[in-house]
Amino acid sequence: MKKTLPLIARILAVLIATLSLAGQALAQDTIKVGILHSLSGTMAISETSLKDMALMAIDEINASGGLLGKKIEPVVVDPASNWPLFAEKARELLTKQKVAVVFGCWTSVSRKSVLPVFEELNGLLFYPVQYEGEECSYNVFYTGAAPNQQAIPAVEYLMSADGGGAKRFVLLGTDYVYPRTTNKILRAFLHSKGVDDADIMETYTPFGHSDYQTIVSDVKKFAAGKRTAVISTINGDSNVPFYKELANQGIKAQDIPVVAFSVGEEELRGIDTKPLVGHLAAWNYFMSMNTPENKAFIAKWQAYVKKNNLPGGAARVTNDPMEATYIGVMMWAQAVRQAGTTNVDAVRQAVAGQSFKAPSGYDIVMDTKNHHLHKPVVIGEVRDNGQFDIVWKTAGPIRAEAWSPYIPDSAKKTADWTYPWVCGNCEKAKY
Amino acid sequence: MIRFAPIFPVLALLGFLSLPSQALASDDAAGGDYQKAVAGLASDNRQTIIESLDAIARLGDPRALPALDALQDRRLKYDAKGRALIVAKDERAAVDAVTGENYAGPLDALSDPPVNNLVRQHISAVLSSLALRSPDPEQRLAAARELADRPVESAREGLGKALAAETDGRVKSLLEQTLAQIDLKSPDKAARLAAIRAIGRSGNSDFLPALRQVADRQNKSDPLNADGEITEAATRAIASLERRDLVVRAARDLFFGASLGSVLLLAALGLAITFGLMGVINMAHGEMLMIGAYVAYVVQEFFSSHFPNYADWYLPAAIPLAFATAAVVGMLLERTIIRHLYGRPLETLLATWGISLCLIQTVRLIFGAQNVEVRNPAWLSGGFEVVRGLTLTYNRIGIIVFVVFVVVLTWLLLNRTPLGLSIRAVTQARSTASAMGIFTSKVDMWTFGLGSGIAGLGGVALTQVGNVGPELGQSYIVDSFMVVVLGGVGKLAGTIFGALGLGFINKFLEPFSGAVLGKIIVLVLVVVFIQKRPQGIFALKGRTAD
Repeated sequence: MKKTLPLIARILAVLIATLSLAGQALAQDTIKVGILHSLSGTMAISETSLKDMALMAIDEINASGGLLGKKIEPVVVDPASNWPLFAEKARELLTKQKVAVVFGCWTSVSRKSVLPVFEELNGLLFYPVQYEGEECSYNVFYTGAAPNQQAIPAVEYLMSADGGGAKRFVLLGTDYVYPRTTNKILRAFLHSKGVDDADIMETYTPFGHSDYQTIVSDVKKFAAGKRTAVISTINGDSNVPFYKELANQGIKAQDIPVVAFSVGEEELRGIDTKPLVGHLAAWNYFMSMNTPENKAFIAKWQAYVKKNNLPGGAARVTNDPMEATYIGVMMWAQAVRQAGTTNVDAVRQAVAGQSFKAPSGYDIVMDTKNHHLHKPVVIGEVRDNGQFDIVWKTAGPIRAEAWSPYIPDSAKKTADWTYPWVCGNCEKAKY
Repeated sequence: MIRFAPIFPVLALLGFLSLPSQALASDDAAGGDYQKAVAGLASDNRQTIIESLDAIARLGDPRALPALDALQDRRLKYDAKGRALIVAKDERAAVDAVTGENYAGPLDALSDPPVNNLVRQHISAVLSSLALRSPDPEQRLAAARELADRPVESAREGLGKALAAETDGRVKSLLEQTLAQIDLKSPDKAARLAAIRAIGRSGNSDFLPALRQVADRQNKSDPLNADGEITEAATRAIASLERRDLVVRAARDLFFGASLGSVLLLAALGLAITFGLMGVINMAHGEMLMIGAYVAYVVQEFFSSHFPNYADWYLPAAIPLAFATAAVVGMLLERTIIRHLYGRPLETLLATWGISLCLIQTVRLIFGAQNVEVRNPAWLSGGFEVVRGLTLTYNRIGIIVFVVFVVVLTWLLLNRTPLGLSIRAVTQARSTASAMGIFTSKVDMWTFGLGSGIAGLGGVALTQVGNVGPELGQSYIVDSFMVVVLGGVGKLAGTIFGALGLGFINKFLEPFSGAVLGKIIVLVLVVVFIQKRPQGIFALKGRTAD
């Protein structure tokens, strides 16, 4: 007995020592951060740049001393444009790699597929792309635009005298959730502005559609008589055949302007921009924005591209989702500094209300309640060099509406993660 | 009526003009207005720019043309003092837009006026109303066309005068149409009647909505709507336009169907040989299309860096090169992989699918994952309007012509050459052909090369209608198989009928069902057809059919 006690004490001492050593070793370790963007498959075209941008932002933080005295270690995985694989990779990042936060996803379907994983494991996701709204998860921060931060102001611009005073609208999209939901919201919005159903033409095409002859000729016919504008939610690759057909059939942007929500600088790289010149895009950021913050941002990006010898080299551009990624990483880092820990619950509390001087030149604030950013809306006309001429912008950042007031069912819902609501999709406060 | 000697172009211009003669006589007053208007073009306020444009339209002064051109090309800028400056095309020098003096300051410090679509709309209206006074009938015609598309009410008076002075019949009829569009809302009964008749004659169904409004007796806001004569004339005009519209629409769908069919045919023709004749389930067929497209891209880049003057003619050069490249790749594949798998369809399918992934990744490594830019040459951009409502686009016409060329070439190769004879012999009765002394394995290689080469040609054509990226082939592979199976495996004529048939059905369905449902209906039709007739439209006869 007498001997065993010191033995136990000794074992305990050793255990404690190893544990604290291990703790120290952990303390000297890095903060792991997941990056979940497709680097192969159809979405690679768009998502690769977001991965590069996230890495650049992490580099920048590390270069200025890291976070909480540690370096950030990015863990890059490739979900290969495969939606179920997104969920698997997210699980791997959260359980195996134990990352503090994940920056990732582009398409809504990939976000929907990782959502249950993040909610089950209490992970933290920063989602950087404009989307259809109608969602507000406790575990996601949305740094892209909600419909009222992109689609609705764009339509308001088209209806204004400055934008041509359109009276008739063609809602043209690829057949999936984002265009369908956006157009539902837009139709309700147009009704509220006194536009009849007879003056709205809604058409969808399958994914990868490349034959726009009939649609363009129908649009031309529909446009006879009243000022018409096209609101395009056409996805990715179908855009080139669409704009080509438009130009070839002799429709000019000044007659029937097309405003697109998914055509940005990155998409214009690598296509013949001639047929697109003068058409519009609505975003929260353009590379051509003339602010000192943006100049610094572009310079940083170009230096990063050069240093790492990224493919594309000097032709690489910045765009809206890249800015949103950058804001996301920076805000998360600010929140970690403020919280003094990378613990998800603490960081989540700290992210709400963070403010960051974004490349667009505005102080962008994370809403204290609904996990979305307040963002300015900017409308640009395509130039032949693949950049945009800014023709209109909102007076300042606009608060996001996670649930659209233009859809009867969602108008009742509130997204508010503060007391007493504490809910992303409730009709009544929880407490 | 009047023919002007070219020495007096300015006088000629003014002769046509509605321009009040005192504008010339009292140069001071008009000149002041003119200077103010031109200076106002380079403003930081969009409203000022538009007002200045309208002022220039009223003045009708052709001196403003360089400034207007510059504004349209984004070469009109203003300096810190608000002076309007025209920057030269080479962006090295600038002159004052009003006085014509050279500008000495730095060019990169100049600001751009906020031109947007609204401003451009006004610019083209002013430019065409100025061009309407040009002595060149072609220029007048272009201007009249522009005006007919976008009639401006304020131009009514000027148009009337221009019409009175017009000598060219084509321009005249366009001007009449433009006037009619404006007069359709005229409170004067005679003018409105004339407008309705002119529109009825024009055969332009774009006017249908406006005519329907005029014919609407319920509309009490306009007293002339109750007039029997007007409504009767309008109803008659509507009927005639609607009849015409029906014909135009049928012609339109026919052309669209033919062009979609041609695209499908170009995509599928190579497969008709590798899969149809040889029976190789060739999942890498799409990648042969992609290789052809990338060859077009490389040739285009080569032309624009080495022969910039002939940059628009890269396509003819790309055609044989694309054929050769794709054919060589195809023959290499056949020699190294596919020939070991003849008669094992499942393995062939997997192997060729693997090859297709490898090829995609290779191209991605060489050219990057981004799409590359293949420009439409100028002679394949745009289109011409046969009648109102039917625009034939040059790239589509080009593809239809090209597909005829490729089909004829393939047919000649298969039916008029010794190689073609061997190919037919080997694909129809391999052992007999072998017994007759044909080196069958070599013929296999050439056949696969031919099929791949034709796919390469298809790839070149596809660059003119869509994207060029590593995944280009993936989007055509399903359609290609559908065409070949539908047409009847082993028959070239079947592939042609299959492709054109699918094109026509698609395009005739689309106006009624929409693109998404249309595609589904077509797929269902194909499935039902194949159920009823598994051998496709054209069946092989005799013992080869099994």
